[in-house]
Order: sequence, then structure tokens, then C-alpha cells
Amino acid sequence: MKRTAALYWKLFTATFLLSAFTFGGGYVIVPLMKGRFVDDLGWLEEGEMLDLTAIAQSAPGPIAVNAAILVGCRVGGVLGAALSILGTVLPPFLILSVISLCYAAFRSNTIVAAALKGMEAGVSAVIASVVVDMAGDVLRKREWLSTAIMVGAFVVTLRFEELNVAWILLVCALLGILSAFWKKRKGENA
Amino acid sequence: MIYLDLFWSFFQIGLFSFGGGYAALPLIQTQVVDVHHWLTLSQLTDLVTISQMTPGPIAINAATFVGIQLAGPLGAIVCTLGCVLPSCIVVALLAWIYFRWRELTALRGALDGLRPAIVALIAGAGVSLLIHALWGEGGFQLVSPDIPALVLFLLAFLVLRKWKPDPVFIMLGCGVVGIVVELLFPG
Repeated sequence: MKRTAALYWKLFTATFLLSAFTFGGGYVIVPLMKGRFVDDLGWLEEGEMLDLTAIAQSAPGPIAVNAAILVGCRVGGVLGAALSILGTVLPPFLILSVISLCYAAFRSNTIVAAALKGMEAGVSAVIASVVVDMAGDVLRKREWLSTAIMVGAFVVTLRFEELNVAWILLVCALLGILSAFWKKRKGENA
Repeated sequence: MIYLDLFWSFFQIGLFSFGGGYAALPLIQTQVVDVHHWLTLSQLTDLVTISQMTPGPIAINAATFVGIQLAGPLGAIVCTLGCVLPSCIVVALLAWIYFRWRELTALRGALDGLRPAIVALIAGAGVSLLIHALWGEGGFQLVSPDIPALVLFLLAFLVLRKWKPDPVFIMLGCGVVGIVVELLFPG
């Protein structure tokens, strides 16, 4: 593919529009990206997009940003990656900037405060529902280590509120790695 | 040096939030509320609420919001850069490993270990938000939760489980109920 200014512009506008109109984060944006870059523009093959998605979901950070980096880099090199990051980050950046600037005035309004008070209960319910779905997935795997990690991490995070959660994540990642190599070795010996 | 603190905090949020979606929430809470006291729990709840109703990843929304509140537009840019930089580094590294060896045993293992931990941490952050919604700044007590908030929480949860609507509708509905309650019983 020829890396012309028109290509870069298209890359930027495509990621910008995807990001501006996608509510609901990474799980939603990845299939939309596939639609745009594989089906509409034909910049990537379907299998390639699957590989990129696997990497985007394995890496830390927002999945939408990770996917944008990979697609941008594949299509337009380092400059392409930079432009698609910018396209993805700019819409939430602009929207939240405006909201932040009005926040203080906005928050002291009685009606807004009442709405936010109601939404506080709503957002707790949304998170509770997400947790029920995710915990169900973990429990359905019927692996004692996963269940033990989930229960253990929950107890630790409630008991030691001051603890940086990064430590919990590091320990659990390490346990997962040890278990994966242990299973692999057992598989090879069997 | 506030810019350096902001950058480093959001770098950690970007680096450790595996799994997308709400995975960043416990890290944002740790960095922004518990460690640095840049936001109160009440402001964090507002931020999550706003993120529900606007496009974009919650971590980027948080970076912009916290950055502007503390250090203006430049602060927002610094936070967003800090949040995105780990992605750039790790994604490049993983892509290289993946296309070279097509082999990610260690990484798969790490993710298998991380997934249940992330569920637990999101649950932990959810518990703090719920306690705040029901008891306010005072924290958990056995007595006197905010009854309208408790009813609204249970109703919203039931509707979500039964009909699986888009969360935006739940947020809007709860906002309307909040306003109606305020108009009927001011103060």
C-alpha cells in the first residue's frame, strides 16, 4: 500500500470516527474496527485482524488504543501508529476536557446533583452486573487456581485498602505463569 | 513536580490495566483516590458516571479529567501521554514476540492468572462505590443506609440482569429517578 498523505488522513479520520461514536469501550470497538479496516477499506486480511486483536487484548492499557496502534503501524508504520493513537484518544480527550471545565459549575446545580446522586446507585448496579458476569465466567472454568486467585485477591483488596493493586496483579500474573509452565511440563511428560 | 507525579501515576494505570473495560477502575482508584488524594470517592463516582455516558476508554477519560482538574490542559496532555505510553511499548514488544515465535505460553499463563484477579479488583472498587452511594463519606455502617439509593440500586441491578439493556439507559433512568426524588422530597 502506498503511504500517501491521503492514506494517513484516512487512517486518522477512520480511527477518530470509530472512537467518537463507540460507547462501551474495547469489547465493542474491536469488531467495529474489523468492519472498517477489513470489510470496507480492505487494508487488512481477516486472519491478520484476528492476530492483531489477540495481541491488543493481551497487552495492558485500553484495548481500543492497543488495536489502533497495531492497525496504524501495519498500515502506515510509526507515523501511522502515531496518527491512529491520536485519532483514538482525541474524541474522549476533547469531550472530557469540556466536561471538566464545566464540572464545578455543573456539580453545584441542585438538579444535576440530584441526577448524579441517582446515577451513583445506577453505576454501582452496572459494575455489580459486570462483576457477576465476569465472576461467572471464572467459576465456570472449574479451575481451582482461578477460583482461589479470585477469592484471595478480593479478600486482600478489601482487607488492605492502602495496598497498591499493582502488587496483587503482579503476584497473580506470576502464579498464572508458573501454572502454565507446570501444565506444559506435565503435558510433555505424559 | 505535579506533572511528573501525574505522568507516573497514569503510566502505572496504563501499564497494569489488563483486560480492557473496567480493568482500569481499581488502578485509577488506587492512584487517584487512595495514594494521591487528587479526587474524592464522590468525584471518582462522577467520573465513572460521565465515562458511562461518553465514548472512549475509561482510563483516557480519567486521565483528561484528573489532568485538567489538577494542572489544566497541559496536565491533561501529560496524563494521557502517560496512560498511552505503556501500550505503545508493550504492544510493540508483544507483536514482535508473537510474529516471531507464534508462541505466548508465558503471556497466556499470566493472563489466566490476571483475569480472576481483575474480577476481584473490579468487585473491590465496585464495593467502595456502592458503600459511597449508600452511606456517603462516612463509610460502611450497619444502620441507616440511604433507602432510596438502596432501592434504586436493587432495581437497576434486577433490570440489568433480566433484560440486559445498554448501561446508558440504566444511567439515564437512575438520573431521572434522582431528579424526581429531589423534587418530591427536597433536601
